[in-house]
Amino acid sequence: MSEGDLLHVVASDNIGPTRRILGLALIWGSPAVLALVALVQMLQVWGGFDFGFTNWRPTLYAFVFYAACLCWGQVLVKGEQGKRILFVLPAALFVVSLTVFPLLFGLIIAFSDWNLSSPDGRQFNGMANLVQMWHDPFYWNALINMVWYVLAILPEYIVAFLLALMLNADIRGQKFFRVAFLMPLMLSPVAVSWMIGKSMMETRFGPLANLMKHLGWEDPSFFSSPWIAKSTMMLMDAWTFIPFMMIMILAGLQAIPKELQEAARVDGATGWRAFWEVTFPLMLPVSITAVLIRLIFKLKLADIVISVTSGGPGGATDTVTSFIFREYRDRSNVGYGTMLAMVYLVIIIVGMTLLMKAADRYMKSSY
Amino acid sequence: MTTQIFRDSAADRTFRAKWWTGRVVIYGLLIFWAIVALFPIYWTMTTSFKMAPDVMKGSLVPWWDFTPKWLGWKSLGLSPSTIFEQSTVRGEFLRRFYNSAVISVSSSILAVILGSMAAYGLSRFSYKFLWMKNADISFFFLSQLILPPVVLALPFLVLYRELALLDTQIGLILLYTLSVLPIVIWIMRDQFAGIPTELEEAAMVDGQTIWGAYLTIILPIALPGMVAALILSLVLTWNEYFFAALLTSTYANTLPVMVASQTGSQGISWWSMAALSFAAILPLIIIGIGLERFIIKGMAAGAVK
Repeated sequence: MSEGDLLHVVASDNIGPTRRILGLALIWGSPAVLALVALVQMLQVWGGFDFGFTNWRPTLYAFVFYAACLCWGQVLVKGEQGKRILFVLPAALFVVSLTVFPLLFGLIIAFSDWNLSSPDGRQFNGMANLVQMWHDPFYWNALINMVWYVLAILPEYIVAFLLALMLNADIRGQKFFRVAFLMPLMLSPVAVSWMIGKSMMETRFGPLANLMKHLGWEDPSFFSSPWIAKSTMMLMDAWTFIPFMMIMILAGLQAIPKELQEAARVDGATGWRAFWEVTFPLMLPVSITAVLIRLIFKLKLADIVISVTSGGPGGATDTVTSFIFREYRDRSNVGYGTMLAMVYLVIIIVGMTLLMKAADRYMKSSY
Repeated sequence: MTTQIFRDSAADRTFRAKWWTGRVVIYGLLIFWAIVALFPIYWTMTTSFKMAPDVMKGSLVPWWDFTPKWLGWKSLGLSPSTIFEQSTVRGEFLRRFYNSAVISVSSSILAVILGSMAAYGLSRFSYKFLWMKNADISFFFLSQLILPPVVLALPFLVLYRELALLDTQIGLILLYTLSVLPIVIWIMRDQFAGIPTELEEAAMVDGQTIWGAYLTIILPIALPGMVAALILSLVLTWNEYFFAALLTSTYANTLPVMVASQTGSQGISWWSMAALSFAAILPLIIIGIGLERFIIKGMAAGAVK
């Protein structure tokens, strides 16, 4: 295991038999405790015994105990190696227990009919949720909306690139502009949806509505017709997240050595060509990273939709997340909602993998 | 009187004119975007000092077309005249504020501790777990970023109900830590990769253990990166709404949930809503102005390899 380590450590581990046995006992004993506690709790739930548990907390505590023993046992048994494992193990255990376990649990929920407000509890219903999803026009509508929302990243990227270029130019008051441009990213989306969506776009006296009236739009209602509402949501989301891409691109611009642009100028490249043939290709890797991360955040878009339009008018602004949120809020239908989320996850994973593969191949072929 | 001997040639003078138009366009665009970025904040701030007629008229500039009043802040119990009196709204607001602060600070700190440990290990040693090598383990951590919150939300809702963690601070802290951990690992991996291993080697020659070297030598050097990761996590967790709306109801509500619930209700007046929104974003504005350097550093970490 030590081959390939960047940091070579020569350690004389002196692990006596008692320490070894203690370590092994911890590693194998604690899951036994966990299994025992879990078994006792299961017996109460399904076996009809009454041990006086009111919730599954004891199992949780047993799990935490198991995780701690596993970490400690590594050091006891493996010495120096164990201390290295200790760097990654806590984070790995944390992530696995908080994602992999709930995801597996989510799979069970996804294939069942479970309404939290009904007294029947969970009932396994096989593929019924999938069939229902297939015939649910609102879910498909939300998915198609997501495609539009994702496409909106392209103009966002262009604006962000422009802003970054201007910030990178030799200007005064750079710090002020940087702070000012960064501000939208800092604000909570919920507050933003009130500030912009509800107050500035208020049709009677909101400043944005007034501005639109001056520009000749008779009756500026930003959320009445489907396409206007959708574009308004896109604009609000862009307003929040353009700084994010801008800063990543700015960092990339600042990392380009000045000599390259000077060399291009000496070779006779004028402004536009110098940008298009020198700066832009050099910025491609950063751009791809920025767009991919932006895409990840875009796929989670929900907060502003939930609090401004809650999907309306007629589902025109719905995102998958906000749709599932309402599905739960209105009908407490956990089983169906989870199935929708799982399908969404599969689509995302497939899509992202393909995209990352394509980006990777493109980068390799062009350099 | 001296005569001018050297003159700019015609070509140079057109160049200057071009340069000036370039400047004007750049500054014009910059100022335009600065207004776009800052106006909503300005609007919210001034609205919180307006009275009903001022709001209706769409007044913009205080003291010029309206007189600032403490109306909005009075309804929050935060104006000078009400600050020393009893106020249920203020109590509610402060409780939400306190919840938000506790949850975001502790989850960010937890994420930075766990994340920098993992990032350090991954940048220094090679691991092998089943079929997974270092690159796979890194990818496993970073891939959590792709996971949309909605996938975890409903299973967590059910799990937390069984574990009696619904509507508790600790429940949200765990989830928020999970959601910012990939970002922390990303930033810290970058940070540790830039620190030469000779430093630890020297420390270990001097008799330090690997953990001693990590804690006393490496962490202080990596501190700027840790601060960047911490600030970025703070911003993200402070603003988080989705999980908070689903998993809390009365006791552990955070500030965004309070703002959102007020938005829906009809009775709430314009100016107090503005005051509430402004109070909710104020900490972040302060962080943004004061610690902008770290935020940019954190976000730039992943961009440039």
